[in-house]
Amino acid sequence: MKTKKVISVALVAAMAMGLAAGCGGGGESDSGEGQVYFMNFKPEVAEVWEQIAAEYTEETGVEVKVQTAAAGTYEQQLKSEMAKKDAPTLFQINGQIGYQTWKDYCADWSDTDIYSHLVMKDIAITDENGEGVYGLPYVVEGYGILYNDAIMQKYFALPDKAVDISSAEEIKNFDTLKAVVEDMTAKKDELGIEGVFGSTSLKAGEDWRWQTQTMNVPVYYEYKDDGVQDKENLEFTYSDNFKNIFDLFINNSCTDPKLLGSKSVDDSMAEFALGNVAMIQNGNWAWNQIKGVDGNTVTEENIKFLPIYTGVEGEENQGLCIGTEGFWCLSSQASEADQQATLDFIDWVFTSDAGKEHVIKDLGFIAPFDSFGETEAPDDPLAQLVMQSMNDTEIESIGWVYTTFPSQTFKDNYGAALLEYAQGTKTWDEVKELVVEDWASEKAALQE
Amino acid sequence: MQKAIKKYFPVFALPTLLAFFISFLLPFLMGCYLSFCEFTTVTDAEFVGIENYLKAFQDENFLNALIFTVKFTIVSVLSINILAFFLALALTKGIKGTNLFRTVFFMPNLIGGIVLGYIWQLIINGVLYKFGATLSLDAKYGFWGLIVLMNWQMIGYMMIIYVAGIQNISSDIIEAAKIDGANKVQTLFRVTIPLVMPSVTICLFLVLTNSFKLFDQNLALTAGAPGRSSSMLALDIFDTFYGRNGWEGVGQAKAVVFFVIVAVVALTQLYFTRRKEVEN
Repeated sequence: MKTKKVISVALVAAMAMGLAAGCGGGGESDSGEGQVYFMNFKPEVAEVWEQIAAEYTEETGVEVKVQTAAAGTYEQQLKSEMAKKDAPTLFQINGQIGYQTWKDYCADWSDTDIYSHLVMKDIAITDENGEGVYGLPYVVEGYGILYNDAIMQKYFALPDKAVDISSAEEIKNFDTLKAVVEDMTAKKDELGIEGVFGSTSLKAGEDWRWQTQTMNVPVYYEYKDDGVQDKENLEFTYSDNFKNIFDLFINNSCTDPKLLGSKSVDDSMAEFALGNVAMIQNGNWAWNQIKGVDGNTVTEENIKFLPIYTGVEGEENQGLCIGTEGFWCLSSQASEADQQATLDFIDWVFTSDAGKEHVIKDLGFIAPFDSFGETEAPDDPLAQLVMQSMNDTEIESIGWVYTTFPSQTFKDNYGAALLEYAQGTKTWDEVKELVVEDWASEKAALQE
Repeated sequence: MQKAIKKYFPVFALPTLLAFFISFLLPFLMGCYLSFCEFTTVTDAEFVGIENYLKAFQDENFLNALIFTVKFTIVSVLSINILAFFLALALTKGIKGTNLFRTVFFMPNLIGGIVLGYIWQLIINGVLYKFGATLSLDAKYGFWGLIVLMNWQMIGYMMIIYVAGIQNISSDIIEAAKIDGANKVQTLFRVTIPLVMPSVTICLFLVLTNSFKLFDQNLALTAGAPGRSSSMLALDIFDTFYGRNGWEGVGQAKAVVFFVIVAVVALTQLYFTRRKEVEN
């Protein structure tokens, strides 16, 4: 009997300790010193942030916690993290729409040091009346159609090519692009490629390059025609232009359009890196991914950018799509000490030499702060090209208007519709109709 | 003895009760409350009344998901239970390697739903590729894909329960039936099945509720593709919660409705199959 009692007491004690440990983990933040908890949006640079955090902690003794959400799950994670007692002190929103969700949690950046360093003050997120600064852009990115110049040169050297230009840089509009691409498809065996474009990845959750980034171009032109920054009702006036480029993507791809529903972004980047295809739509963030593919054949000198031409009049001067959806928010719910610690951390990252080194070399960010000199830019080839395009006054960069797209539901539905169009189970008119309807209903849902 | 149980009740039951309260009852009650609120994070919510429920019922996707789920449940309940029962019958005949077979059939149940979903996605897409199609071409591929997956996963588990039930039937009764001249089919329907009704109750309940609540497998296999046409209820709730700003409450309202549906269906089934149970 006695041993039984002992055992039962031991069991209960063990259980109670487990419970106590479970509950007690979080209570260390009241040590007077502020702490930083950064919710990172970009999984591709998760390790870099952890390294930066560790280095900062070593140098200053301030604890920096970095958590990264897996691709496509940021909102979910943020929602649950923000409900905790030790909530993130620094998190990301993707523009005006994200600000609407999180506005009660965003502190004003106006009086901070880092804001005074911001170069592109006009792209920061302000409230409805244009006052305050609630989202701080921390990176500028650009995207377009990436091409492997080695394959392009091979094509332009062919004696029987159907176009009279002699380099990819001379492609200045959609018609030329189409002529080149279709001729390349016809000669793909000679060129040793499986298709001109990598797979148009339309698997659920992998379709953001098309439903947001390609879609950005027609929406940009529609906004521009109307002289607005956002619309309650999209007419999708440039839908034929979207169809132009999308048809070109799916019909000259290495993958049969019917099978695109199983392809991921990784698949298509691997196809590009291995030299199986000549072009792929993506942004400067893709360089690390391409470089990291086993057996990568694309060299730094050979990777180049083309703007996304869609057959809009006057597109000869069109540049890359340049902007950001990376805005940092300082949590207004965090304690003052934590807020200050977070600001100090950001200042260190973007203004100290050690921090800047990480930003340029490891994160590969084009940072929109004046603490970075002319020469202090990432040396990866795509970032260089984006900066060139940005500084070229002759061409018109396409701003990132997709931050005004109404909701994730809109994007998901549109991506699914594009897949059905590619598979032949929906007509283009149906897709267009769905876009117009969904845009209106999702924008209306936001208003409620 | 009775006294001892009373005395030690708090010691043994309290930790579990506490855990049940913290991680089950409390979130459940909170969820019910949140379904009447508009919120971004669960800790600050604003009461808005039944608005969320109105939106939930007007949502076409919810209705489609409900229909898809019901269809799926009917097919999987039938196929899983019938196949599992016959497997159990076969594996109680004392053929060689019975234990090995039982183990192998049970094993898929040990793999997590997400993993299974991705594995089957590869397998099914691999086959469909040959015919120039993928799982996302049509909702029916997703539907049958899910059926195959769930059968593969759950048959083994249900089989074990049936095996236990069948082994429980005393050989006297079977022998008596034989002596009375009952043939194999008669023995099966008049003796074996009525006597394993308790197992049937459990198996039906498990498959029914699991099919209704299916989420991981659905998410991993099709994620609703094409569009949302192969979304089941749980996935639709998830998508509603995260897909739109300000719709978190609607997702929560759907979840409460979902709970009611599952509870009603499961309890009805329990009531009816319980009545069919007979004493061994």
